[in-house]
Amino acid sequence: MKRAFPILAVLTALLLVYAFYEALWVAPMERTMGDVQRIFYYHVPSAWTAFLLFFVNLVASVVYLIGKNAKADALAAVSAEVGVVFCTVVLVTGPIWARPVWGIWWTWDIRLTTTLVLWLIYVSYLVLRRFSDSSQTPKLAAVLAIFGALDVPLVYFSIWFFRTQHPQPVIGGGGSIDPRMLHVLLINWLAFSCFAFLVCWWRYQLELLQRDLEEAQALEALLGDEGLPATSARARSPLNKTPSRPGTV
Amino acid sequence: MSSLRSITVATLAKDIRLEWRSRDAINSMLFFSLLVVVIFSFSFDPNAEESREIAGGLIWVAFLFAAVVALNQTWARELRNQVLDAYRVSPAPANALFVAKALGNFILVSVLEAVMAPLFMIFYNLRALGPAWQLIPVAVLGTWALVVNGTFFAAMSLRTRSREIMLPLLLFPISIPAVQSMVEATRIILAGDGSARFWIVLLLTYDVVFTTACLGLFETILQAE
Repeated sequence: MKRAFPILAVLTALLLVYAFYEALWVAPMERTMGDVQRIFYYHVPSAWTAFLLFFVNLVASVVYLIGKNAKADALAAVSAEVGVVFCTVVLVTGPIWARPVWGIWWTWDIRLTTTLVLWLIYVSYLVLRRFSDSSQTPKLAAVLAIFGALDVPLVYFSIWFFRTQHPQPVIGGGGSIDPRMLHVLLINWLAFSCFAFLVCWWRYQLELLQRDLEEAQALEALLGDEGLPATSARARSPLNKTPSRPGTV
Repeated sequence: MSSLRSITVATLAKDIRLEWRSRDAINSMLFFSLLVVVIFSFSFDPNAEESREIAGGLIWVAFLFAAVVALNQTWARELRNQVLDAYRVSPAPANALFVAKALGNFILVSVLEAVMAPLFMIFYNLRALGPAWQLIPVAVLGTWALVVNGTFFAAMSLRTRSREIMLPLLLFPISIPAVQSMVEATRIILAGDGSARFWIVLLLTYDVVFTTACLGLFETILQAE
């Protein structure tokens, strides 16, 4: 697994470059919107990736609450962080596209508002994680993730009552799409998912390492208090082992 | 079941008695929402027609901010003298404590609304064009929606640094659909603009979903230390 990381990183980079080329040069130009439509190849894959990560976060939170597994909590933390980044990309690219096409930057439409509320909920989730420094943070965060998941359908229905302006989903919705465009979209989605997976993997290893470090420091402080010589405490602490975590599983 | 009820009633009675003697929370909430109403009134200076359109938003935002004042001090009282720790080790059911606290906040915010709503009507020259009685279910369901999650998140933010600011950060994003329903229902009733049924049903759904979630997860939060 240690060698798999750089290989996957190179593959992802190549895939991202290829997807970028496909999106800008290969995909046909949209008839009414022109080149500005190409932002779609970044907007939609980011949205799918963000929703996937939020779903991973929910599952990991439930698994944590049931089994109190620290790895599930680390996965929940990581997927929320990376998900917020992708969700931010969605919220930034959306208005850039909407301004020339709709003539407005923002509208309180069902998908826009639901995505924004989802983003707000997950930012508050990250704030909670940051501000809570007891050992119970995972529990509180997992509970908040469940509350957030319960909230999303209610947000959806509350805005569903208003008129919707966002284009219908091109996959499984009423819209139709040129097969070449769909091809480019799926390549971009694959590239974005690989990239998200790569970042999550790296961040997950970092999170585990960080936790080991905190544990070792706490242990050291504890042993120091008991009057043990500091050197022997350090010799026993896992701090001295060369950290070989990133890239290994 | 009977122990659940008797503990709930005892905790609620204790909280109300304490509040009745000090009147700290209710006085600060009343004054705070009065200030919000006056400042909004200066900032917008609406005519009667506009008032009906925006009053729903203004009144609920005022109540939401005032409710945070009450919610923030819900658990603070129990932290002094380690009352909460004593509660944790006692065999009393956790949900009895939660229900008592939520009901206490509900009563507090309802009193605030009963006092402030007439004042609001006077300041903004409001007269409901729709069925005014529907404002009562909207107020009851809306207040419960705010306090049930508010009480829960206040317990959650006990374990965080700077917990006073943590509560609104957790509560407001989750409360967005509830606030939108209250505001829309109030606006529709005041302006006589169709039926508010959809929003009342949505509020009821919100209440049922989150009351269930709070009761199911409060034990986890209370024991988290």
